Amino acid sequence: MFALTGQFTLDGRFGAFGGAFVPETLKPALEELEAAFRQMTDDPAFQEEFLSLLTEYAGRPSRLYLARRLTERLGGARIYLKREDLNHTGSHKINNTLGQVLMAKRMGKKRVIAETGAGQHGVATATACALFGIPCEVYMGAEDVERQALNVLRMQLLGTKVIAVTSGTKTLKDAINEAMRDWVAHVQDTFYCFGTAAGPHPYPSIVRCFQSVIGAEARAQILEKEGRLPDAVLACVGGGSNAMGMFSGFLSDPSVRLIGVEAGGDGVETGRHSASLTAGIPGVLHGAVSYLLQDDDGQILGTHSIAAGLDYPGVGPQLSYLKDSGRAEFLAITDKEALEGVRLLALTEGILPALESAHAVAQAAKMAPQMSPDSLLIVNLSGRGDKDVHTLAGEVG
Amino acid sequence: MEELRGTERLAATFAALKGEGKRAFIAYVTAGDPDLETTRELVLTLERKGASIIELGVPFSDPVADGPVIQEAAGRALAAGTTLPKVLETVRQLRRETSIPIVLLTYYNPVLRFGLSRFAREAAACGVDGVIVADLPAEEGDGLRQPLDESGLALIPLAAPTSTPERIRLIAEKARGFIYCVSLLGVTGMRADLPPDAAALLERVRAMTDVPLALGFGISTAEHAAIVAPQCDGVIVGSAIVKLIAKNLDNRPQMLDEVGAFAQALAAAVG
Repeated sequence: MFALTGQFTLDGRFGAFGGAFVPETLKPALEELEAAFRQMTDDPAFQEEFLSLLTEYAGRPSRLYLARRLTERLGGARIYLKREDLNHTGSHKINNTLGQVLMAKRMGKKRVIAETGAGQHGVATATACALFGIPCEVYMGAEDVERQALNVLRMQLLGTKVIAVTSGTKTLKDAINEAMRDWVAHVQDTFYCFGTAAGPHPYPSIVRCFQSVIGAEARAQILEKEGRLPDAVLACVGGGSNAMGMFSGFLSDPSVRLIGVEAGGDGVETGRHSASLTAGIPGVLHGAVSYLLQDDDGQILGTHSIAAGLDYPGVGPQLSYLKDSGRAEFLAITDKEALEGVRLLALTEGILPALESAHAVAQAAKMAPQMSPDSLLIVNLSGRGDKDVHTLAGEVG
Repeated sequence: MEELRGTERLAATFAALKGEGKRAFIAYVTAGDPDLETTRELVLTLERKGASIIELGVPFSDPVADGPVIQEAAGRALAAGTTLPKVLETVRQLRRETSIPIVLLTYYNPVLRFGLSRFAREAAACGVDGVIVADLPAEEGDGLRQPLDESGLALIPLAAPTSTPERIRLIAEKARGFIYCVSLLGVTGMRADLPPDAAALLERVRAMTDVPLALGFGISTAEHAAIVAPQCDGVIVGSAIVKLIAKNLDNRPQMLDEVGAFAQALAAAVG
């Protein structure tokens, strides 16, 4: 059974990574947030309410599904899909937003803000805010507003105000910049519901804690179905929330390979990609030391991915630590390969994955044939692909 | 007499002003907006018209503490190819013409990428006196503070209306040069009204330290400057100056005239 206990670091550091590099105005708010997080995760009433929301509202536990036809098609490792796409709102993001917005409610905050890339975190935040009756505003890059129009409409229907961000590269990075500027100006009554396991301490720990339900469930489910641990677990990596959620369940199992799949865009060698861990250099963006796509002068580089949720030049600090320590492996899948991953899963299993999650599917498709039929893979299917039909239609067209 | 540098030059400037019963007018421009040659001329104009300290912004691609006016200035500066080494070179050139204290205002990543120790050495060699890092709170600052101390340069911290008494104590302990007191909750930029939080913050910080206190964020007119000046040791004006630069990008003589006239009014109001 999943429980919220002791899952956070005390100092916000993961080896050389992490920390809280923010304007002084925000530092006291982060201290307040950390104190609230410690207090609430220790509070049985909070735990009970959160776990009940996950079950009764979000529909957990999500299934661990043996993808038989996919496995047969690829001819190798048995592939299980962790069906986060079946959660309420259609992705893993709801796990974290129910936790954070419940915190906001208990902290007496009058307003919630969030950033979003693909719109999945925005929709999940809008949903939690509607459920708790808290006003919500979501910052979204203007480019993403266009390519994820369905999710913009969903947020609006849920009563959330979507603010299109036209500064910088008009994607997730700039949405985070604007949300931070909003938070600096309204820090006393506003809760910033951060969507990924990145950002300043304590966000990487908070997000991982609320998402760790994924890995905890997957571990128990595979033991029940197969009587043993998987050989590898795979997850796509943008900021890293679904990856940290899955990996956290297997960190203490050295036999399980942890494989993070980044957005290779047009190919890492072209420079048009979002593969921070594969091709980046450690630096500080959005409050933490972590791998970053930056130039020789420390300016943040523009990124590209067909998947708006992965289109980000940074990554969570714990994933940077897992890379340097060698515990996790990271590689990149191109836009083209991700699209093939969508098609493969749609045609073999009748499941349309989000473009983000399709990166992990595509990597599994590469690996599985090289592995023996008695080996086991778990792919975190972090979200469903309905939001991407316009992008996909353009590609199939 | 040997010319003072770094933290000592800042201290001497505040002390001299205090001796005359005056406050520092601290003028901000983004280096390289629209190009570094113009920045050089702007700095000399600001000094001639009465600025006591120059704050030179090092442009960063993701300036989360800045409002639209300075974001756009950073965008222009980056588009013109401005880099940290080029900003340092500009200061080195300025040092042939002026001894006004110059502090750099930057975000952490460009400095980290340059190398903390190398930055401290080269900034000192070029004649920089201090550094303000918008996203480096007191706890995270030791890695940069130590090499800056060794080079005699000030790492100038920020204090905000939200800073708790414990945090203000920590900030005051680690402060060099002066403390940049953020007058309001929000990003840089002009405001119609003066923030009510400013006086309370200045009082709280003053109670903890004798380090000079400069007030910034949202001060956009000579009238504002005159009202806040008596409560602090220095007044920082940024966005309102940068806006005059942005307005006159096609006409450099007029840009210098308008910035000069505004600086003169601010200096008179602060003094």
